[in-house]
Amino acid sequence: MIGVLQFPGSCDERDAVAASERVGEARLVWHEETDLGGLDGIVVPGGFSYGDYLRAGAIARFAPAMESVARFAAEGGPVLGICNGFQVLCEAGLLPGALLPNESLRFLCRQVELVSEGGEGPLMSAIPKGERLSIPVKHMSGRYFAPGAELDRLEAGGQVAFRYAEGQNPNGSARGIAGVANEAGNVLGLMPHPEHAVDPLTGSDDGLALFRALARQPATA
Amino acid sequence: MKAKVLIRPKQGILDPQGKAVERALPALGFEGIREVRVGRLVELETDDPSKLDELCEKLLANPLIEDFEVETYDDDSSGDPPDSRTSGPLTRPGSS
Repeated sequence: MIGVLQFPGSCDERDAVAASERVGEARLVWHEETDLGGLDGIVVPGGFSYGDYLRAGAIARFAPAMESVARFAAEGGPVLGICNGFQVLCEAGLLPGALLPNESLRFLCRQVELVSEGGEGPLMSAIPKGERLSIPVKHMSGRYFAPGAELDRLEAGGQVAFRYAEGQNPNGSARGIAGVANEAGNVLGLMPHPEHAVDPLTGSDDGLALFRALARQPATA
Repeated sequence: MKAKVLIRPKQGILDPQGKAVERALPALGFEGIREVRVGRLVELETDDPSKLDELCEKLLANPLIEDFEVETYDDDSSGDPPDSRTSGPLTRPGSS
């Protein structure tokens, strides 16, 4: 069972449930819920949690459900943060770095090509290094940032999960980074929306690979 | 006690909002202005100013990307923060 968090202001949680249901079972988890028992994986979805006032993701990290997500992640449970979910996980310190306003200051909504950097974790091991995925982005604050030394450390440690394909970096992200993982590899965040790329009818079903990886996890105790 | 928290993008981090403002200035007749950076100011009242730094690090600012400065002042004064003395009326181009 995949749990998809729902904050006031989330807007992609239903698409994330629908995407999860293509590969398994899923349910919404209201932001005040703290019992995540029975969940095999968690999605922190896109949207504008709590209105994203102050900074994107800054307030959602204090939601009661997020404490449980932190415990779930510490126990090795797989967590996928998409767009606003990526911002929330960075603000919560579950992922390194931060997401700044796009270099252009414009809201971006377009299909981009991602290149997988592979990785050892339960989520990235499902997507071989070098594989290209066509997945849409739609965000205002997607410019990935971490200090130079931290970026070196992330690259050396295999924590860079996805980069925008050459020439397609839409937002000025450092080193073209579109997604990163934590050190253990069980928490993954990315700005593009795999839940919007699950059916050829809408241009691509490349996003399904991540939901398959999430659904395939054995239940945590 | 009242407090003002000034939050700015860290030096070295591209601030597109500041750049956009900077690019607009020459068209309005403001020449020779460089290095514009846009931050934000949070005003608040607190019973326990000792917690302000923690509050800033946890919520008001993201220390990875932003610097912050806290300034506290008594609220039994006229209500003007101490540095308000230094800010005068806006000078407009052409005025002397």
